Amino acid sequence: MLDFLKGPVQAIQDFFQLTGRALRNVTRSPHYYDDVRIQMDKIGVGSIPIVLLTGFFSGAVMALQMGRALGQYGQTGRVGNVVSIILVRELGPVLTSVMVAGRNSSGIASELGSMQVTEQIDAMRALGTDPIQKLVTPRMIATAIMLPCLTVIDDFIGLVGGFLVAKFIYALPALQYWSTTWRALVWNDLGQGLVKPFVFSFVVSLIGCFYGLRTTGGTQGVGRATTQAVVAASVTIFILDFFIGKFFVSAGSS
Amino acid sequence: MGVSPLRFENVTVKFGTDVVALDNLSLEVAEGETLIVMGAAGSGKTTLLKTAMGLIKPDSGRVFLFGEDVTDKPESDWFEIRSRIGMLFQESALFDSMTVAQNVAYPLLNQKSNKTPRDKMEAAVRESLRFVELEQTMKLSPSELSGGMRRRVAIARAVVTKPPLLLYDSPTAGLDPITAHTIMALIIKERDIDNTTALVVTHRYQDGNLVANFRYNPDSGRLDPAGKTGTKTVFILLREGRLVYNGNQADLEKSDDPYISKFVKRPEQAAA
Repeated sequence: MLDFLKGPVQAIQDFFQLTGRALRNVTRSPHYYDDVRIQMDKIGVGSIPIVLLTGFFSGAVMALQMGRALGQYGQTGRVGNVVSIILVRELGPVLTSVMVAGRNSSGIASELGSMQVTEQIDAMRALGTDPIQKLVTPRMIATAIMLPCLTVIDDFIGLVGGFLVAKFIYALPALQYWSTTWRALVWNDLGQGLVKPFVFSFVVSLIGCFYGLRTTGGTQGVGRATTQAVVAASVTIFILDFFIGKFFVSAGSS
Repeated sequence: MGVSPLRFENVTVKFGTDVVALDNLSLEVAEGETLIVMGAAGSGKTTLLKTAMGLIKPDSGRVFLFGEDVTDKPESDWFEIRSRIGMLFQESALFDSMTVAQNVAYPLLNQKSNKTPRDKMEAAVRESLRFVELEQTMKLSPSELSGGMRRRVAIARAVVTKPPLLLYDSPTAGLDPITAHTIMALIIKERDIDNTTALVVTHRYQDGNLVANFRYNPDSGRLDPAGKTGTKTVFILLREGRLVYNGNQADLEKSDDPYISKFVKRPEQAAA
């Protein structure tokens, strides 16, 4: 039984060691600003299309279903209200993070995994650079900056999607939709809407790096690392989402 | 006679609990000497080089580099130590995301003691690539090169800082005989021009034979027989992490040990 637990416990310890070293490197020189910029472009700008698509349709679907449900109480007019709260608090941060995890945790894991199995990580150490400083920290910083930005884009485009449904399917006036969405939101919602993607960004980048760097077993190992990274990152996002949500719900009700 | 660039004292390296990669290994490389490391796959040849480079930490024993005990140095100190060692990795390990020139310039940019001002960088990179006769590939990416060319670029990257100690991990593995000869000729050229100490891991006896008996002729650019003066070449043979032979070529060829004779092609066998 103890032997069975040894593996996972060791892996968690390794993960937190990696996290610690990556965070410590933020303030230490040398800084690889070029790598941060390249990763911001790859992770942030590169994810905009999928964020636009998922954001738009998640907002539209939300309005569609909520319009019908609220219609039973004669409250179709409050669609904007519900859409904005759910989108900003939950769906925006979680969907964006899960999409970016699917796109970038896998990308990071396969890139670093390939480097590991072709000895490029060893070569990096041999040639005077710390792979964590050069590879992990820039990805972590880039994701931490870009994921909240992507979430804001996702939230907005989701509201637009909801608006189009409200206007053309439920025939709500534009002013009513936008004023209810605006009035529904309080600082607490914006707070959790931005804290979540910031926290999830570390999950996305560090889990990708972690599985990438511990890849063994050639190209097959790279495939395995990629899959594990996406699964672990997505599940962790959902688990953390509950606890962050719980914290803000308690803070909001007091 | 200076201090030994590399010395192992009873070094043991384990992977997990039951795989012993190096078993109580002791050896010493003298300055200017070339050590030919032979052995079957999985006998610990690569582990030996990676332990010397500090990429793998020994479980017990001491490692000395240039007379200094480096066994317990933290990773941050290793970057400085490694800047005096060049290493050729088994699969070249060129960075795919960079051009050939950026790959060769990498140690000049990132190793503190080898930091080169930008204006001198290009000349150094060009010189190193000229050494391996691949000056024309500077702007290409590594994926556009053949296996032999990648190996040569990796040699250029390893020697660009002119390190006093070079580690070659299977430089000829997976190459055709002609390309393999080109690579070995480069290793001999590097030894005879800069008088570097080197470890050459190989499973081909003829590679070791070439290093031991030939010299680079700077006038013709070819290899000439070394003649009676010979070269400072030592052979070691590993078997499952243990040292089974350490000595010169003549004694190696005389050995009756069945494991050793599997690796050594004696002159009469070679002729037959």
